[in-house]
Amino acid sequence: MVDNGYLRPELVCPAGTPAGFRTAVDAGADAVYCGFQNATNARNFPGLNFTAAELEQAIGYAHARQAKVLLAINTFPPAGKFDLWRDAVDLSSQLGVDAVIVGDIGVADYAARTYPNLRLHLSVQAGASSPEGIQFYCQEFGIKRVVLPRILTVAEIAEIHQQIPCEIEAFVFGNIGMMAEGRCSLTNYATGLSTNMDGVCSPAADVHYKESADGSLTIKLGPFMIDQFACGENAGYPTICKGRYLCSAKPDAYYAFEEPISLNLSALLPDLMRAGVTALKIEGRQRSRAYVKAVVSAFRKAVDAIMVNRDPGLTNLLALTEGHRETQGAYRSKTWR
Amino acid sequence: MNERVSSITLGPVLFNWDPEKWRDFYFRIADEAPVAMVYLGETVCSKRAPLFEPHYQAVADRLSAAGKTVVFSTLAEVALKPDRKLVEQICATEVFHVEANDSSALLRLQGRAHDIGPFMNVYNERTVAFLASKGAQNFCLPAEMPAAAIRELCHSVRDLNVTIEVQVFGRQSLALSARCYHARAHGRTKDSCRFICENDPDGLELSTLDGRPFLLVNGIQTLSYEYLNLIHEMPELRAMGVSRFRLSPHNVDMVEIASIFLAVLDERIATQEAAARLNCVKPAAPFSNGFYYGRPGYSWNIPTGY
Repeated sequence: MVDNGYLRPELVCPAGTPAGFRTAVDAGADAVYCGFQNATNARNFPGLNFTAAELEQAIGYAHARQAKVLLAINTFPPAGKFDLWRDAVDLSSQLGVDAVIVGDIGVADYAARTYPNLRLHLSVQAGASSPEGIQFYCQEFGIKRVVLPRILTVAEIAEIHQQIPCEIEAFVFGNIGMMAEGRCSLTNYATGLSTNMDGVCSPAADVHYKESADGSLTIKLGPFMIDQFACGENAGYPTICKGRYLCSAKPDAYYAFEEPISLNLSALLPDLMRAGVTALKIEGRQRSRAYVKAVVSAFRKAVDAIMVNRDPGLTNLLALTEGHRETQGAYRSKTWR
Repeated sequence: MNERVSSITLGPVLFNWDPEKWRDFYFRIADEAPVAMVYLGETVCSKRAPLFEPHYQAVADRLSAAGKTVVFSTLAEVALKPDRKLVEQICATEVFHVEANDSSALLRLQGRAHDIGPFMNVYNERTVAFLASKGAQNFCLPAEMPAAAIRELCHSVRDLNVTIEVQVFGRQSLALSARCYHARAHGRTKDSCRFICENDPDGLELSTLDGRPFLLVNGIQTLSYEYLNLIHEMPELRAMGVSRFRLSPHNVDMVEIASIFLAVLDERIATQEAAARLNCVKPAAPFSNGFYYGRPGYSWNIPTGY
């Protein structure tokens, strides 16, 4: 605790590749989170993630620079495939990651029983959004930190902080998913690939773009048209929850769930830190190195400035947000719901 | 697994029906439907729960008197004070079994006999074994579980004292959110919704921009447009060790639908005949069974043996 009352928060940054990992560490990440190249993590995209050898090197790089490595094993093994998740936990322990981020009760149980000294964080995929829900995981598996879903106001986070025995990590920047994490089968409904079991959301192989003569762009996921853009309109990465649809209550097509927009809580950082958030998470393991460098550097400077009572001065992040539009989502006000 | 008789069960009503209509629906189920077990309770929105409270006692009494086991299901998405209070209330009931649909209910139910609902992520044997050690007895699996995983799960937990349940009819829950999409469609928020969802007892249909019906909004829940129908797969599910077969209630003749599924379970009619009968009472939307086959959930796959 320093004089201004803030606990120094950990800046938790994404890495989709070994090069991106080093970029995040060099840009000032206190911790970097990543996953293996398989279904054990929720960003199981082609060309992303780490082999065991790459992770070992990354851990060496981070530890030499006093940064931590958090490994996401946060999907849900279907019966018959548990071994893949078990092997991932075994490997994490052998390689010396600083914490494993778990979502599945079976995986959490395996990790807690087999490796009592392995630090466990509760993934947002576990869907624990109440003090009692979080307490359950803390009590049963010794969870040390919960990653809160992006559905709570700052005041509600402060209240939860008073009632749980673990640290709080909160998303501060990046993609804002509209559905409760770990409880969405929309991708599977349209494509046959599951977010929970396969670690994919709106897989690129099932996204089809079609350009019309007038320059407008039609986007389908599987057989379902999920959006249509006029020529020059800014299109974010297409997901069902950010598509436009028709319904009887609306005269025109509308974003039934959410608009293509990014979360940016830079202005709320001091409030979050006061509310008891001790880890600030930046989303985007699928993002480029340039993006990671820009966002991590900006948040590094902002956090350091807040700690010494200076203006955080985060102004230039808008260009990096999806569709160049940003929101404070649920954090600012209940009217978001 | 428990050597319990196989049975047809009726899941909780997911929609905001008129409370009297809701009560009368359950009265008819009590009097006429051949279901062994009925799940009651508001699983979607804590704001709706008080609307039905005046009728719970009468409905539960009538169902019990008709010999049906009543189980109370808890809220699926629990974050705010009213949500937490509702879960606390339901879990405090000592008369009925409670089915947990989120981890806050698990905290409250540990150490006593309870069930696990389809909104809990129970995908594997290790999760079943852990929850069974806390008192869980019946597990209704997530909608998206493919047959291969159901088979493997049933096999792996055969020595545990638990039963496995699978939804076999009705629209499938695909997503939950903190935001109310019903309110959003009407320019309102969850706090200011004024129960606009009551206008859509079958949910609010969303179509794609090229006019294809796609999803169904029910408050904070998103459901499939298609109706799940696993009538053809009933014998296979039973052979795997599944013993409870859940129908999710809709504005169709649920008594007739329950009778058809029970007739197949009891091997009184062939699945082909049952399928033909279902087509006569079926709602306007098409059937689907994709998740079972590990294919896109909306799809209809011709079952093996045809």
